[in-house]
Amino acid sequence: MNTVSSAARRARLTGLTASAAAVALLATACGGTGGGSASAPKNFSYLSVTENTTVRAALTTLSKGACADQNKALPLKVETVAQANNDQKLQLLAGQGALPVQFTMGSPALTQQLAKAGKVADLEAKLKSLGVYDQLEPAAVSTIKALYGGKLEVLPYEYNIEGVFYNKKIFQENGLKVPGTWNELVASAARLDAKGIQPFSASGQQGWPLTRLIGNYLYRDIGPDALQKVADGKAKLTDPEYVKAAQEVADLGKKGYFGKGVGSIDYDTSMNQFLTGKAAMLYMGSWALANIADPEQDKIGAANVGFMPFPAVSGGKGSIDQYPSNVGIGITLGAGSFDGKTGDWVSCIAKNYGSTALKDQGTISGFKVNTPVQDANKVTSQVRTTITSAKQNVLWFEALFTTKAQTVSTTNAASLVSGNMSATQFMQTVQDALASQ
Amino acid sequence: MHRVLGDRRAIAILLGPALLVYSLIMLVPMVWSLGYSFTKGNTIDGFTGNGLANFSRLFSDPAVHDALWFTLKYAVAVTVGQVVAGYLLALLYVFFLKRASALVRTLVFFPVVLPTVAVGLLFQRFFQVAPQTGPVNSLLNAVGLDSIDFFGGAGHAFWVLIIMDIWRSMGFYAVLLFAGLVDIPDEVLESARLDGASGLRLIRHIVLPLSLPVLMSSLIFSVNGTLKVFDSIVALTNGGPGNGTTPLTLYMFQTSFTYGDYGYGSTIALLLTVVCLLVTLVVFRVSRRDLTES
Repeated sequence: MNTVSSAARRARLTGLTASAAAVALLATACGGTGGGSASAPKNFSYLSVTENTTVRAALTTLSKGACADQNKALPLKVETVAQANNDQKLQLLAGQGALPVQFTMGSPALTQQLAKAGKVADLEAKLKSLGVYDQLEPAAVSTIKALYGGKLEVLPYEYNIEGVFYNKKIFQENGLKVPGTWNELVASAARLDAKGIQPFSASGQQGWPLTRLIGNYLYRDIGPDALQKVADGKAKLTDPEYVKAAQEVADLGKKGYFGKGVGSIDYDTSMNQFLTGKAAMLYMGSWALANIADPEQDKIGAANVGFMPFPAVSGGKGSIDQYPSNVGIGITLGAGSFDGKTGDWVSCIAKNYGSTALKDQGTISGFKVNTPVQDANKVTSQVRTTITSAKQNVLWFEALFTTKAQTVSTTNAASLVSGNMSATQFMQTVQDALASQ
Repeated sequence: MHRVLGDRRAIAILLGPALLVYSLIMLVPMVWSLGYSFTKGNTIDGFTGNGLANFSRLFSDPAVHDALWFTLKYAVAVTVGQVVAGYLLALLYVFFLKRASALVRTLVFFPVVLPTVAVGLLFQRFFQVAPQTGPVNSLLNAVGLDSIDFFGGAGHAFWVLIIMDIWRSMGFYAVLLFAGLVDIPDEVLESARLDGASGLRLIRHIVLPLSLPVLMSSLIFSVNGTLKVFDSIVALTNGGPGNGTTPLTLYMFQTSFTYGDYGYGSTIALLLTVVCLLVTLVVFRVSRRDLTES
């Protein structure tokens, strides 16, 4: 009797141990790196960043109009995540093999990492096989390729050039001409400041509107390969000519040209300061045309807004007609879920997105505008003409940086212009971040 | 009962399920995390062995030194602030407001239940310099002083953080210490008063020693909470300007999830665990000695 009972207990204990081992194994399996598997998607799922409303609004318009059939076969489903958390979410989703059909990328470095791991569709091959590769503007394609190691890894939902938007009325009233060189720009700012007008509006909270100035100064001074040299290890940000660029921008802050508390100014506030006439100039990309065209936001009137290229640096190797350009926040498609229905959606987007975004959102994309759209105002026409005629494009300060260096650069920019960090310290900190990954 | 508890198999069956669940949700992740400390990589590229490289990097990384220094500085300042403020409030409730303290207790406790993000935004507005001048800067202007960009430099931002976190949590410590103070027998206080002790002498020689156990508990609560601070800093400064207000927790989070360096992130987490353990042991030792003395 005792023997039978012991055997039964042994059997129960063995069962318990086996169950525990199975649960443990299951838990272990759940925590793997996850490769993800190809499967037919049920929706045209799109993970967007909350801050970018343009693309999801235009896609929603297409889903009800030109792409209604594609939407019926594969319904558009938009989810959003705060831009600051986007990279983290993508890394976790990629690790679990759960990337959506289409998603917004954060840093180019992460995009390339995902592409290397085979999680991003080969868009050039896909678009060519769909017969819509020619629907992309060549300038946008070249910008993407410059940014993503020679590959088309994102779609050009936006195609922006950057420069300085200025208030024509303020310039006229103060007898200022459009500055052609950096020294003239600084002199104009000094004149405005002396008259109690804030020369520049910029968001120190975002940081990038300030670091863009450093990057552009470098491109104008050292030449269009200035930051490629840093990426290739042929130059360091701590080299004197690189520190000089940071010093020039720091000097603008030291003189108070960005106004009070620049570190507390967020993106919307900086835009608002310019569009309500509280600041004379705003360095921004052409995506700001949507805000300029909106009378609710633009209190100075679109007719009062001018656009000038980032000025030349006297004696510099760069040229004023080399435009800083970008394709906005990169949006790409997953490799595993790119099937026939996804292809139909992409074809429809390629043929119709350009006109829809320009007509409804007032924004310029890297897709061809197949249905003619009248420009909302003169400055939009000016920017569109500039885009078409631009001979050479350059990137921005952090474009070729690692995610860490990018974060370090943008989060320290406000300290640089508020005088809490010297130009040398700033460049050293970013260079250290570049070297540490 | 004795027969059942003396049977090893019975003990295994009774404790087994709880032990299994505890192991799966507590021990396995901890050991797993420790294992990541010896690796390099992330969920996209996969993980490869990295030996002790993460540990040597930990010692030479200036950002870790800054974050550790900030964490300790913050923990000391907030712990002292919230326990002292809480104790003073508790004394106020017990000895001055007495039965009328309920309303004040509720009002002072109110920030404890507010969401951290809301408190962070409130303090941002309170201390802002642009685009609008906040109440603090308005006050400075009113007395003829210039506005201060509180979030422009790490020094000022640190003190705003300290003020915010003390304000946010002192109500909790006041209630905790209040419970300890009301436990002191009235007869002891009465006899001390008859012996001529009053005011500060009464507090120094009678109230403080008798409330020492609950004071020590508050210290342990506070130190552990402040060493692991995360949400309030993210809400108020997000670790900036630069990394001026970045504690170890935030640096660990950024390293793992923003920079995709899970191995090094785990090593930073391990450092934080060791710091928490050491500080708790020190507080325990001090508390045991003091209790014996009292």
